[in-house]
Amino acid sequence: MQKPRYLELEGRSAGYYLLLVILGCFIAAGLAAFVYMEHEGHWVTRMDNQIVWGTPHVFAVFLIVAASGALNVASISSVFGRAIYKPLAPLSALLALALLAGGLAILVLDLGRPERVIVAMTKYNFKSIFAWNMILYNGFFAIVLVYLWMMMERRFNKYSKVAGFFAFIWRLTLTTGTGSIFGFLVAREAYDAAILAPMFIIMSFAYGLAIFNIVVVAAYNWTHRDLGPAMLLKLRRLLGIFIAASLYFVVVYHLTNLYITQRHGIEAFILLGTGDATYMNVFWFGQILIGGVLPLLLVYAPRLQCRVSLVLASILVILGGLSQMYVTIIGGQAYPLDIFPGKIVESSFSDGIINAYSPSLPEVMLGLAGVAIALFLVVFAIKVLRILPQSLADRDVDPHYVAEKQTA
Amino acid sequence: MSDETGLNVTRRQFLGTSTALAGLAIAPGVFLTKVAHAGDTVAATEKNRWGMLIDTSKCATGCNDCVTACNKENGISGTHGPKTDAQWIRKVTLTDKQTGYVQSLPLLCQHCENPPCVDVCPTGASMKRADGIVLVDKHTCIGCRYCMMACPYKARSFIHEVLHEQKTTAPRGKGTVESCTFCVQRVDANRGEPEKSKHQDPACVEACNASGHKAMWFGDLKDPNSEIATELKKHGGQQLRADLQLNTGVRYQGIT
Amino acid sequence: MPTMQTSRLLSSLLTAGVLALWASTTFADVTGLTIPKAKEMANPDTKCIKPVEDMRKNHMQYLLHQRDETLREGIREEKFKGESLKECIECHNAPGKDGKVARVAEREHFCNACHSFTAVKIDCFDCHADKPANSEYRHPLGDKMMTSQSGFDSKQLLNQPKLDPVAAKGDKKP
Repeated sequence: MQKPRYLELEGRSAGYYLLLVILGCFIAAGLAAFVYMEHEGHWVTRMDNQIVWGTPHVFAVFLIVAASGALNVASISSVFGRAIYKPLAPLSALLALALLAGGLAILVLDLGRPERVIVAMTKYNFKSIFAWNMILYNGFFAIVLVYLWMMMERRFNKYSKVAGFFAFIWRLTLTTGTGSIFGFLVAREAYDAAILAPMFIIMSFAYGLAIFNIVVVAAYNWTHRDLGPAMLLKLRRLLGIFIAASLYFVVVYHLTNLYITQRHGIEAFILLGTGDATYMNVFWFGQILIGGVLPLLLVYAPRLQCRVSLVLASILVILGGLSQMYVTIIGGQAYPLDIFPGKIVESSFSDGIINAYSPSLPEVMLGLAGVAIALFLVVFAIKVLRILPQSLADRDVDPHYVAEKQTA
Repeated sequence: MSDETGLNVTRRQFLGTSTALAGLAIAPGVFLTKVAHAGDTVAATEKNRWGMLIDTSKCATGCNDCVTACNKENGISGTHGPKTDAQWIRKVTLTDKQTGYVQSLPLLCQHCENPPCVDVCPTGASMKRADGIVLVDKHTCIGCRYCMMACPYKARSFIHEVLHEQKTTAPRGKGTVESCTFCVQRVDANRGEPEKSKHQDPACVEACNASGHKAMWFGDLKDPNSEIATELKKHGGQQLRADLQLNTGVRYQGIT
Repeated sequence: MPTMQTSRLLSSLLTAGVLALWASTTFADVTGLTIPKAKEMANPDTKCIKPVEDMRKNHMQYLLHQRDETLREGIREEKFKGESLKECIECHNAPGKDGKVARVAEREHFCNACHSFTAVKIDCFDCHADKPANSEYRHPLGDKMMTSQSGFDSKQLLNQPKLDPVAAKGDKKP
């Protein structure tokens, strides 16, 4: 009997269950952190009235942005018709759902009143981009679930293109909404910029694909299924393009700010570390070097065209993405509001000073729990559902594959 | 459809016309709600707009009377330190980088006419009342702190711990966001009692007057006869971050 | 694979359990619950209160409606004299075990007395003060001194004869 194209993970391996247990431990630790934070109040974290969004939000926004980017592979196959990505489309949709679930879990658990999330889902202030984001996130779940189902259910395969198109438009809207959370804020020097929305979209491509690459290589390595060089080359090239495009947006954002005298303060703070070197270091070493330059070298270096370099590059992109979120979210809050231009300001409420912040343990645990939730969902789903293709060897996926001549 | 009586109406036409007529009959009822409320003179209305004027030349650099009074009136006390403690009004000392001129002023929620905090609140908890006072409906606040990100004056505080000794007139609790309410419990106290025509001042203004500095006015900006309106007309008052065009209810004199 | 006997046994156990649950709630005596008495009987003229059964069933609806009108529209004393949470607590407070006014975590607190019995969690007092501004507990006026420790049975509330209305105190503000 011919084996189906997609297959659940077979067998009962200790390594698989160990992975689930490890992820479960991270989730449990995060839940413990949540109970502690919710019971005592947020004073047990190092978020305060100056840095109101901290490490949990860095992880959460990263996961949400990556979630929409993880759908890319599916979109390229359904919307742009590239056949080689088609086998991986269901995994891409699954990963998108899982990452979004993880990111939202962090956001909800960090709320001051998490028991009121029902209020958040029923009372909407439609002028708020945050409210629109709630609708977009919930809609994303619904649409991608339908898309995934249509890809998996043979009778509906012919509708998967339409569903994929809607999912593509929806995820672009979602990431625009996420970037606009910051872009719409007039109050702070680091935000208040239209470029943040498309920048988040491009970065979502990179972050989502990086996570996707790691999941694919790990899954195929650990299940001993075939993963051919053609597929790897495609993933590698895509990652390279997305990293380069992200760097472009970063350059444009900072170049524009450097031209505006009013923004020289925030630029000196981020780029030169005036007043506090933390964000300068995270920006140059984390976002640019580790998240941009090094992965580009790894991706394009001719001698390094192997799986290991792709995974390494992807890991670096993820670290760079977390750095970027740290600089954007926390750096943007650390820099003081410019209420009195031209004045040195001091008060009992931290006006006029650069606000100090360092991640606290409950916050980090909560953030990591979100990552663990996402991975747990993926690891679980590929075992019980037919999502992972049996083989991604060249002869099975590459439309341009030419069989080697059989000697007579 | 009967032809005998000479009527030539189809079922569709009949249903359509009767629905339209019924709708026309009922529709004006929606205006009755306005009529029902018209007798309510005790609600806050757009006829007033509460505002504050601060003369920085009268504001003494070391003085904290307004802050102390606010804390006492609203039951705010320090718990885990200045970084997480709520502060509804604070004294700010300004030193000009070019001239070296030093001055101080109180900074509080500006009660903008176009508040960014109200725009961004996902549940609508951050709201502007009809008479211009910007409040947080803590029944609906989910504690997401987005309004704190959005406020150009850093006026909002998040409550980071469990509270026990709240004032009965100023409910506040863990996990919600709050800011200066213009002592709404005082402002509302005399409304609807015509013999008490003057409003009550917020605690900060009362304390500043009591201590003799008299740097703060509070009143109805839309009432041309009020003290604050006459003072503003005579000597003017500027907004903080006026370029944002939020049309704040709090105005300052003498920031140079 | 459950046999005929096992499934019969299971379904009869289930039926017995459901019957027991129904009986325990319908015929139960509510004597485990001691409701602290309010400090003074409300005057029907001031419309401070509605009939007890109405309040018991609908107090949340009244509070929810009132709170939006007060907060969002600024309608306070005139229309809602006595209907705000603050006004309820002015009278509905009782001494705790240490003689001081009971806080919401204690069983003697008016709201918590019923809410802990019915296991319906309330979060009103996360924000609202759970005791009146004047925190000294005052005995009620007249000779009807009832405290929560006097073995007061809630059923008496339903059957008691009409008490003379205490004359309105006028402005309650301290």
